Amino acid sequence: MAKLLDKQRYKCALGAMQTVQAIDRALPILHSGPGCAQKLSENTGSSGYFSPNIFPCTSINEKDVVFGGVKKLDSTIENALKVIDADLYIVLTGCIPEIVGDDSGEVVSRYEDAEKPVLYAPTAGFKGNNFKGHEQVVDAIVEQYLKKSDEKIEGLVNIWADVPYQDLFWLGNIRELEKLISELGLIPNTIFGYKRGIENINKIPKAQFNLLVSPWVGLGNMKKMERKLGIPYLHYPTLPIGATETSKFLRAVGEFAGVDKDKVEAVISEHEDYYYYLIGRYADLFLENRVINKQFTVVADAQYSLGITKFLVNDLGLVPAKQFITDDTPKYYRDKIAEEFKKLNFGIEADVSFETDGYKIHEEIKTHDYHGYPLVLGGYYEKEVTESLKGNFLNVSWPHQDKVVFDDFYVGYTGGIRLIEDIYTVAVQRFN
Amino acid sequence: MPINLNNSNVATRENRIGSITGYVGTLKDLATQSECGTLKGCSRCFSQSSTCLSSCALGQLCGIRDVALIHHGPAGCSVAAAGAYYMSKVMSKKRGVTSDTVYVGTDMNENDTIFGSTESLRKVILEVYNRYHPKAIFVSSSCATGIIGEDIDSIVDEVKPEIDVPIVAVHCEGFKSRIWATGFDISDHAVLQSIVQPPREGVKTNKINFKNFFESARPEIIEIFKRFDLEPVFLYCNSTVEELSHLSESIATTCICGTLGNYLGNALEEKYGVPYVRSINQCGIEGFEAWLREIGKVTGRSEKIEEYIAEQRAVYMPQIEEVKKELQGLTAVLGMGPGYTFEVSRVLTELGIKVVWALAWHYDKKYENGDVPPSMKYLLDNDIDFEASVADQQNYEVMNILHKYKPDMYLSRHPGSTVWAIKNGTPAIYVADEYMIFGYKHTLEFAKTIVDAIKNRSFEENLAKRSKLPYTDWWYQQNVDKFLEEVK
Repeated sequence: MAKLLDKQRYKCALGAMQTVQAIDRALPILHSGPGCAQKLSENTGSSGYFSPNIFPCTSINEKDVVFGGVKKLDSTIENALKVIDADLYIVLTGCIPEIVGDDSGEVVSRYEDAEKPVLYAPTAGFKGNNFKGHEQVVDAIVEQYLKKSDEKIEGLVNIWADVPYQDLFWLGNIRELEKLISELGLIPNTIFGYKRGIENINKIPKAQFNLLVSPWVGLGNMKKMERKLGIPYLHYPTLPIGATETSKFLRAVGEFAGVDKDKVEAVISEHEDYYYYLIGRYADLFLENRVINKQFTVVADAQYSLGITKFLVNDLGLVPAKQFITDDTPKYYRDKIAEEFKKLNFGIEADVSFETDGYKIHEEIKTHDYHGYPLVLGGYYEKEVTESLKGNFLNVSWPHQDKVVFDDFYVGYTGGIRLIEDIYTVAVQRFN
Repeated sequence: MPINLNNSNVATRENRIGSITGYVGTLKDLATQSECGTLKGCSRCFSQSSTCLSSCALGQLCGIRDVALIHHGPAGCSVAAAGAYYMSKVMSKKRGVTSDTVYVGTDMNENDTIFGSTESLRKVILEVYNRYHPKAIFVSSSCATGIIGEDIDSIVDEVKPEIDVPIVAVHCEGFKSRIWATGFDISDHAVLQSIVQPPREGVKTNKINFKNFFESARPEIIEIFKRFDLEPVFLYCNSTVEELSHLSESIATTCICGTLGNYLGNALEEKYGVPYVRSINQCGIEGFEAWLREIGKVTGRSEKIEEYIAEQRAVYMPQIEEVKKELQGLTAVLGMGPGYTFEVSRVLTELGIKVVWALAWHYDKKYENGDVPPSMKYLLDNDIDFEASVADQQNYEVMNILHKYKPDMYLSRHPGSTVWAIKNGTPAIYVADEYMIFGYKHTLEFAKTIVDAIKNRSFEENLAKRSKLPYTDWWYQQNVDKFLEEVK
């Protein structure tokens, strides 16, 4: 049912065009109004090989609403194949064709024999948000393009993480996850970012297993691949940030993949040694400052809310105030995610609220006793309210206005250090 | 065409003033055909994504301080809320004021498209009103709510007794018009309908309404206008509802961009007798002087304005003549909204740069009062001609043109366009700030910016050398009008 979406932090399902955009040389073809792509794109970091204003679009008009837009969709796909050089074309439908009943799937099926694959994902805005849209795109690839493979590549692991572009650090995070997995002697396979693309998509069925690093996004895709392609999956719900969680993560992956325990431990201790060398040098900054208190709040999608909470509690010894998950997590995942917030060191449990109404979040932040300056990691919306409380604010979740990220990341050992750097870069700008 | 403020719906530019988005030919042909009424636009059987009129409409309205926008639709429509929040915070801070404008969505889902959601909308309106006590409320539709026939007008009427501030329905179905500038008209219409009051009796003022985007030249314009005993009221960024309620009392309305200001200017003139300053715009010397003189004529201040012009000319013209030497013979392609394309073309010609192709994102055959836009008339009267096309930001057409003409520079006013020119190896100048070519000082700066852009092409060359363009060779061999077809 329609609701008050105050300080909104996600897009609609058609935002999945950004998931397509994140696949090298994959092109979304939009069967939508003329301005959807512009609205759903980011202001920066969108001018790669394909930018939103390159996306072919049927630009539905009043006449198409009345008479249907399938003819225009057909000519748009036909000419997109001629005009734009891509490896994979994915037709995404917006609200209008789905309400007026265009049979877009039928039109797309006419291109089954085209030189390049043309797929179709129904992503009407009213069907859900861009997290759901992201899953629709991966599903479309699995259902319409991939086939079960008898040939398996020993040690090949498909890695899946959160939603590109919605997650400012998507590129850096997935590269760092690849790097960590390689260190275990496994072969990572991902489909997002530089030089991954269609060749890596083709390798998906040959993987030994799927690794999903996300509280809930993509779980449906994993199940689908298990059924259709016979690929088992490991679901690791916490984005591992910092030493404690990353070491746990490596142990879990190592065990699932059957990697020699000593090898796993060797990788871990090498990382932890350097990590604590750095932390040791800067421990004075953590202990001896006047502006960062113990209590913090994260306002983000499930992945960062959970990942950052675990990191700040288990690595840095901070104490969670209330945490907020703003991605409209489907109800059936919520209890399990809330349980994860209870698995913190020293029996600490974080209170978490699944809340899409930013006004309510701000009211709670304003009334909570942080025992001093609050530390708030959130979307740009939290900047002003945190400043009004004389607190420290870091922009980690959408909307991002305070930070430019090319390929920086928060995942892993190095990612934890980056996050500390960012938090204390904010803190040192005040009297310390 | 008379403006009807009794209905919340505004006719689209296509229907109201015969605007088009598809044409390839020459400037002269375009103007001649529109003068004699034979111009027919084309549609395309292949297009790339462009812009939604709701971005223009609600983007304008959310610049007003302390108002609430309720965008009734799926989350993708109201995603502009994030950008609006940022803009409103930084723009008010820049001006040294505060704004608590809120922009919310209704996150419509599938059930709502079947059973309707007007009851939820009613609750949302009341909740927003109680939370924020805004000075005015705008309730907008979207494609989805438009198609399923949600009656936002009735909901607005229903809640009116419970709300003691102006509240109005804003019809923003994105499929209505391919011309996003229709959104500017929609925002003006909403302001006129709900906020602007008839002039108070006996109020005398020296205020002049100044419709612009982001008021970057506000301080200097205030200074200039002081000399003429005029006080500009900038719209809508950082406007207050109180200010807007008195727009009808001003002695004139002017604007930085004809596409932006045309509807409001004509409506205030038609309904309240506030004269609308009609001239070419303030870009370049010719434009700036013509505009000032027109203001002088309309407000009875010609003498002071002539003094100012003479004084400024003495300061700036020698410098402009000097920098012009470096620009002689350079060639340019430009792509902008029609409120700028034909103005900037004039300025480039003034500076000695040859326009080889001008793209306008749409073209208004006539303005609200029935005249051909002044910028077009100027070019025709001065016998200036070049190849021209009308394309709603169709990037593939721009790239085809740049590839064929290899100009010395590409100028654009819209995000996401200049980067492609650069990847093509063409230096690009992003004319984003509407005051970038305003008056003597900024015309001089603009000329110098071009010199700088042409001088150091390192970035363009570095990137172009390493960029593969996404268009096929096949496309580059086609004529730019390949996908245009007659409107059926």
